[in-house]
Amino acid sequence: MNRIVVDPITRIEGHLRIEAQVEDGRITDAYSAGTMVRGFEKILKGRDPRDAWAFTERACGVCTTVHALASVRCVEDALGISVPKNAELIRNLMFCTQFVQDHVVHFYHLHALDWVDVVSALSADPDETSGIAKSISRWPKTSSKYFADVQQRIATFVKSGQLGIFANGYWGHPQYKLPPAVNLLAVAHYLEALQWQKEIVKIHTIFGGKNPHPNYLVGGVPCPINTEEVAAVNTERLNMVGRLIGEAIEFVEQVYLPDLLAIAGFYKEWASIGGGLSNYMAYGDLPTRGYNEPESFRFPRGVILGRNLAEVVPIDGRDKEQIKEYITHSWYSYEEGDGTGLHPWDGETEFNYTGPKPPYEQLNVDGKYSWLKTPRWKDQAMEVGPLARMLVAYASGVDEVKEVVDEALARLEVPVGALFSTLGRTAARGLETRVVVRWMKGFYDDLIANVKAGETKTFTRERWDPSTWPGSAEGVGMSEAPRGALAHWVRIRNKTIDNYQLVVPTTWNGSPRDAQGQRSAYEASLMDTPVADPQQPLEILRTVHSFDPCIACAVHLYDPHGSHVHRVQFS
Amino acid sequence: MNEQRSVWQTMQAKGYSRRDFLQYCTFAAGIAGIGGAGLAKVVEALETKARPPIIWLHFQECTCCSESFIRSSHPIVADVLLDLVSLDYTETLQAAAGVQAEQCLHDTMTNAHGKYILLVEGSVPTKEGGVYCTIAGRAAEDILREAAEGAAAIIAWGSCASNGCIQAARPNPTGATPIHKLVSKPVINVPGCPPIADVMTGVVTHILVYGKMPELDSQGRPHEFYGRRVHDTCYRRPYYDAGLFVESWDDEAARKGHCLYKMGCRGPVTYNACSVTRWNGGVSYPIQSGHGCIGCSENNFWDNGPFYRHLASFPGFGIETTADTIGTVAGVATVAGIGAHAVVTNIRKRKLVKLQVDRTRGVQADHAEPRKDGEAS
Repeated sequence: MNRIVVDPITRIEGHLRIEAQVEDGRITDAYSAGTMVRGFEKILKGRDPRDAWAFTERACGVCTTVHALASVRCVEDALGISVPKNAELIRNLMFCTQFVQDHVVHFYHLHALDWVDVVSALSADPDETSGIAKSISRWPKTSSKYFADVQQRIATFVKSGQLGIFANGYWGHPQYKLPPAVNLLAVAHYLEALQWQKEIVKIHTIFGGKNPHPNYLVGGVPCPINTEEVAAVNTERLNMVGRLIGEAIEFVEQVYLPDLLAIAGFYKEWASIGGGLSNYMAYGDLPTRGYNEPESFRFPRGVILGRNLAEVVPIDGRDKEQIKEYITHSWYSYEEGDGTGLHPWDGETEFNYTGPKPPYEQLNVDGKYSWLKTPRWKDQAMEVGPLARMLVAYASGVDEVKEVVDEALARLEVPVGALFSTLGRTAARGLETRVVVRWMKGFYDDLIANVKAGETKTFTRERWDPSTWPGSAEGVGMSEAPRGALAHWVRIRNKTIDNYQLVVPTTWNGSPRDAQGQRSAYEASLMDTPVADPQQPLEILRTVHSFDPCIACAVHLYDPHGSHVHRVQFS
Repeated sequence: MNEQRSVWQTMQAKGYSRRDFLQYCTFAAGIAGIGGAGLAKVVEALETKARPPIIWLHFQECTCCSESFIRSSHPIVADVLLDLVSLDYTETLQAAAGVQAEQCLHDTMTNAHGKYILLVEGSVPTKEGGVYCTIAGRAAEDILREAAEGAAAIIAWGSCASNGCIQAARPNPTGATPIHKLVSKPVINVPGCPPIADVMTGVVTHILVYGKMPELDSQGRPHEFYGRRVHDTCYRRPYYDAGLFVESWDDEAARKGHCLYKMGCRGPVTYNACSVTRWNGGVSYPIQSGHGCIGCSENNFWDNGPFYRHLASFPGFGIETTADTIGTVAGVATVAGIGAHAVVTNIRKRKLVKLQVDRTRGVQADHAEPRKDGEAS
């Protein structure tokens, strides 16, 4: 029996540690541990709820904006605020911008090196790469000369002997299956994607002033629309958004999707590895008639149980019997005992670190072993993320989703069951991007139509002033982050935050096992995964990266009693 | 396979003179604490060795600084990674994981001892023996101290590393601590949540291209990017001076782009490049897009809220009074590391203008002597 420890898991957000037992070349057990905590919920207590978006947005700078959106929604839900149509559209545009940028960066910069051997690209024939590129896309940069230049640049870099971010990769590992020509194509697009991703985020900059961490506003959006002024969202600003969306559609359809399908074709065995759980959950998002009408969302809401695509089960974030968090294996303690599960509105947590004193070699996985809590829906483990969203949408009959999923399955000549896998998860992310980038164009057209019709309102004033608020109120803001279902729960009392809780996608996927010993998605997906060389556990990275981990989001705590309040004196 | 291009060769290729190169060597030697005869060795090393090695550590952070860094438009980040530096360790982008990643860190700390630049993203939790942030089983503080020991220069990226940022907001549950309080060497603070991408690459290239440390203010921030208040360089400043304010979100004044001071804008107490350099290739900045500045590059900004309450109960002269109070508190908070002087103090506009005129003449009036809190004006 061999315990593999991978810490740090790199090319993710945050600090994640995986420990895995390997027997006869297969993983027989796996443990996922978040090793960093900051204490957001304690910090939020007593603050102005209108400020919470700015605090919670800092949960994560990779999936920036998504926490801000969930936050303004939970406060609006608590205070009974409906935002104007333009605010809904601008929020949707910012949401789509985030999805498209984040998914592209994940594919090329965080995940691709699990499948693409950079060193192998040096032995590629640029003519062959050019031929492949032209056969799968009408993207303009496909000449032999272009790929020869990229190859030369990488060769100079490698010959320097300083491999920088590419140093010590698993280059030459037998599990790398791409021919050199395809590796070169992927390396070229790694560099192109790095350039492109900084363009699409300018949509955040236009509406929110900056990226990462654009500004939001309870009751609407902070950017006024005025087609007769220069210092507002005007014709020039909207034109820029339009151009950026057009370029995004081009990049996704002519670079990301063709690359994804080309690479996937060489790794079909990964369509039967890494499936893990059989339950999938999506809160849904992209409202078209307001947050309170989930049936109007472009991404539908619901749960799929036992991989049964014939039924989508409804979810209620307010029902205290549905979503609960456990801490049996997490470094916290509950008043009623560590086996209890608590709904976020009633949640409680105290730090209770029982792990080894650093430096340490191994965690005690029989006890508590992570800073992530363990959320459950009706006491069942759920996978969340692009695959869950695509499955819920597919099962709900969303035409655009059915179209891209069926087309990809046909192209790869694999059955629907192939989706329940590491490859399926990675493919779903790309297919979703294609759907989202098209929806994005629709939201833009709707915004222009509204402005043309003279509708420029971006903010609802009625409940901005705290004197209009009830003595106490509670709300839930459900959303979808690129990594999956995200929700914030808030209780407001005497105009300030009485308690606040975030339950985020990586908490669902990356948490330790629950009180009954049920594994969450990372741990379940790693079970039975083949590991060719325990010294170079490339296969672990493939499956863990297929979830796009985001650990800073996932770790936080909540304290209803306000204990442990103390101030560190700077002097 | 080993055709290493030395820093000298790279600088030659980019058109820099021998003199520029020697200046760079002097700088590198200076920050590494090498003088006199040792300098010749640094010149030799940089003539024959490779791109400057970089170690980028991640502690308590949200990775917004890394995300911002890759948004750089000049230089673009691919050029930084392939041509300018050797980014040997960064958990966000590096191919290697686990022991292979840690090997990269160890190799650079050993082989480039005294020569690498250390970039730190995130604060360090110091409570409970460091259990609130461990990497490869080691406490963040332990990793930081080891990496800082052999670093030629240390840059604290963002507000987390510079001042603790959100996790240090009250009640600071984990004892989140900025970098300069934990290492004995000078630290260049590049605050902001996150800092502007082109400011981040600007600081790195300032060091590498000019071969010298940027001029720092009393809080260790590069004067080049943090020497001006957002308020003083804001294109909406004339509306403030004329008394034209947004009174409510999306009102007529908001739609005309009037001053956001009454909506809580922290521009008057925030030193940053936002209103000049702007964000994401110069597209906009928070005020231009209709929201006030939240002061994300200032010490303790999370606890200077709520964000939508404006800075003083009366507009006009009161602003500087509040700015001074905040500036003094911030100065106390960052004594360690750089050497403390007062930042800004109780000055009315008249004094502020004089100070800035002095600054542009190269007289570091703001460094000259700490002013007393509450000084009349």
